[in-house]
Amino acid sequence: MTEQTVTITLPKRGATLMVLQKYGVYIAIIVLLLYNLVFTPNFFQIGNFRTQFVQMVPVLIVALGMALVIGTEGIDLSVGGVMALAAAVIPLYIGYGLIPVVIIAVVVGGLVGVINGSLVAFVGVQPIVATLSLMVAGRGIALLIANEQLKSVIDPNLLAIGRGSVLGVPYSVIIAVVLVLIIALLVNRTTFGKQLIAIGGSRRAAELSGLPVKRILLLVYLLSAVLASIAGIIGTARLGASVPSTLGNLIELSAITAVVVGGTPLTGGQVKVAGTVAGALLLQFISATLNQHNVPDAFSQITQAVIILFAVYIQRGRAAVR
Amino acid sequence: MSVIETSAGPTTDSQVRRERFAGVLQGYGAAIVLVILVVVGSVSFPTFFSLNNFTNIATQSSFPLIVAVGMTFVILTGGIDLSVGSVFALGGVLAAYGSSLGVWGALLLPLLVCGAIGLLQGLLVAYAKMAPFIVTLAGLLAVRGLVLAITAGGSNTPLVKDATFSAIGQGGVFGIHWTVIVAIAAVAVGTVVLTRTRGGQAIFAVGGSESASTFMGLPVARVKLTVYIVSGLCAGLAGALNASYSSSGVPTVGVGLELSAISAVVIGGTLLVGGRGSLVGTLAGVLLLSVIQNMINQVGSLSSSVQSVVSGVFLAIVVVIQTVLSRTQRL
Repeated sequence: MTEQTVTITLPKRGATLMVLQKYGVYIAIIVLLLYNLVFTPNFFQIGNFRTQFVQMVPVLIVALGMALVIGTEGIDLSVGGVMALAAAVIPLYIGYGLIPVVIIAVVVGGLVGVINGSLVAFVGVQPIVATLSLMVAGRGIALLIANEQLKSVIDPNLLAIGRGSVLGVPYSVIIAVVLVLIIALLVNRTTFGKQLIAIGGSRRAAELSGLPVKRILLLVYLLSAVLASIAGIIGTARLGASVPSTLGNLIELSAITAVVVGGTPLTGGQVKVAGTVAGALLLQFISATLNQHNVPDAFSQITQAVIILFAVYIQRGRAAVR
Repeated sequence: MSVIETSAGPTTDSQVRRERFAGVLQGYGAAIVLVILVVVGSVSFPTFFSLNNFTNIATQSSFPLIVAVGMTFVILTGGIDLSVGSVFALGGVLAAYGSSLGVWGALLLPLLVCGAIGLLQGLLVAYAKMAPFIVTLAGLLAVRGLVLAITAGGSNTPLVKDATFSAIGQGGVFGIHWTVIVAIAAVAVGTVVLTRTRGGQAIFAVGGSESASTFMGLPVARVKLTVYIVSGLCAGLAGALNASYSSSGVPTVGVGLELSAISAVVIGGTLLVGGRGSLVGTLAGVLLLSVIQNMINQVGSLSSSVQSVVSGVFLAIVVVIQTVLSRTQRL
C-alpha cells in the first residue's frame, strides 16, 4: 500500500507534460487572475472575491465528495438529486429549529448515499447506472415531497448560514473550509483514506489483501451524499427558498469537472483534495471572467467543455505513466 | 468481472438450465414485463386499450427510440454517449433553419453537423483514448452551448418552413406516423448490421474484450469511431423529425434525454460493460418506459414527478436483476 517511487526517465516533452499535469490548474488560476488584474475593472476587490467564494461553495462541497468517489474509480451522478431532496425536507421541519432540520436533511440525503453505496458495493452494479437511477428518482421524490412547489424559508438562523458572516467571512465559506480540512485529513492521514485509494488502485488487490472493500465503498457513497445534502442546505439558505426543481441541477457535471481539472484521475487510485479546491476555484473564476466581460452563457458552456477535454487529455498521459 | 471466469467443477444439467433461463430473462425480460404491463393497463384503464392510445404511444416512443438505437451501438462497445440530448436539440434547430432551403436542406444540414459532432467525439474516444463518459459530457455542454449560440441564447425558436418536411413528421400511412416507420426501420437495419455483418460482430467483439479484439487484428479504433458517428446521426435525425413533428426547432428540448435513452437500453438487456445486447431489447425498453408514462397519465391525478420516481426505481431494479443474472450466467 505504501507508494513506491518509480523513477522514469522522460523525454523533454514528457517533462513539460508532467509539470502541466501537476500544476496546470494552479498555473491556469494565476494566468486568469493576472488577466483579470489587467483587463477587468473592479475584479480585485474584497467584495468581488467574497461573492466568488460564496458562489463556489456548493460546487466545492459536492466536489469534495465526488473526489472521494472518483478516487475509488466510481462516479456519483445523484448529487444534484440529493441536494434537491435535502432542500425539499427543509420547509417541512424548519419549525423544529435549525439543528433538527439540518440533521433530518442530512439523514434523508444520506439515505440516498446508503442506497447508492449498497448497489455499488454489495450488488455490484456499475456506479454510473446505480447513481443515475437515484439521480432521476431523487429529484422526483424531492418534487413529490414539495408538491412541485417552491417554498420560501424564512427561518433567521437558516438564512444566516447563507447570508451571514463573521469578521467579513461568510459562514458558508467557513463551513466549506472546515469540510475541506476534514476531507483532506481523512484522505491523507487516516487508514480509511489509504484504503479508499487502494480500492481505486485495484479493487481486486484490495479485496485479496483483506480490506473491508464493501464497507469502505458504502461509506464513500454515504459521505458523498452527506456532503451533497450540506450543499443543498447551504444552497437553500442562500436562496431563502426551497427550490427542489432546479437546485443542484447539472451540479454533478461541475463537480466532476472540478475534480478532474484538479488532477484526480477518473481511473481512481488518487484523490487530490487541494487540486479539487483549485479546480472549483478555476471554474468559478472562469465563469466570473466570462460573465464580467458579458460573454453569453452559450460560450461559457462551450469554454467549460473545452477546459474539461483539455484537462482530461493532459491527465490521460498520467494514467499511462502510472 | 465474472465473465472471464470459467465454471469450476462438472456442469450439471440443472446448472445449464438455470444459466439458460437467466440468459432468456436477461434478453427478453423487458418484453415480458411490457406484455404484463399492457395487460394490467388494459384491465385497469378503460381508455388504455384502444388503437388511438397505442398509436399515440408509438408516436411518442419513435423519437427516443431512434436516439436509443444509436446509444445501443455505443453501449455495445462498452462506451456511453451523454451528448445525445443536446445533439437532439441541435438537430431540431438546424432542421428548422435548413427547411428554408427545402426538404433536403432540412434533413441534410442536421445529419451533416450531428454526424460531424459524433465524428469529433469518436476521434477523441478512439484515437486520443479519452474516457467516453468525459468526452461526451463535454459534448453535452458544448453542443447545448452551440444550440444557445445559434438561437440567440435560446430565445429564438426557428419555425419549419417547408411543407414536404412538415409532412414527414406529421403525416403517415394507415394512421401510423412516418416517424414510427423510420424508428422501426432504424431498429431493423441496425439489427441486420449488428447480427449479420462483420462490422456488427466487430462491435460485439470490441465490447466483449478490447484487448482480445486488438490481438485478433480487429480495427478497434475504427469500430469505436463508427459507433459515435452512428449515435450522432441517430440523435440528429430524431431531433430533425421532432422539429418536423412540432413544426419548430425548440432549443430547450432533449434535456435529460440521454438518461432515458441509457435507461431504455439497459432495461432492454444490453449490458453497460458492452459486448452483449440487442436492438429488439432496446425497442422493448423504450416502449416499456412510454407505457409506464402513459399509464401514469391515465391515472390523471398523479403528477409528472411520479414518472421520474417510477423510472428511476424501475431502472435500479432492472440493473440489480441484471447484475445478479449475469453472475448466475458465468459464461
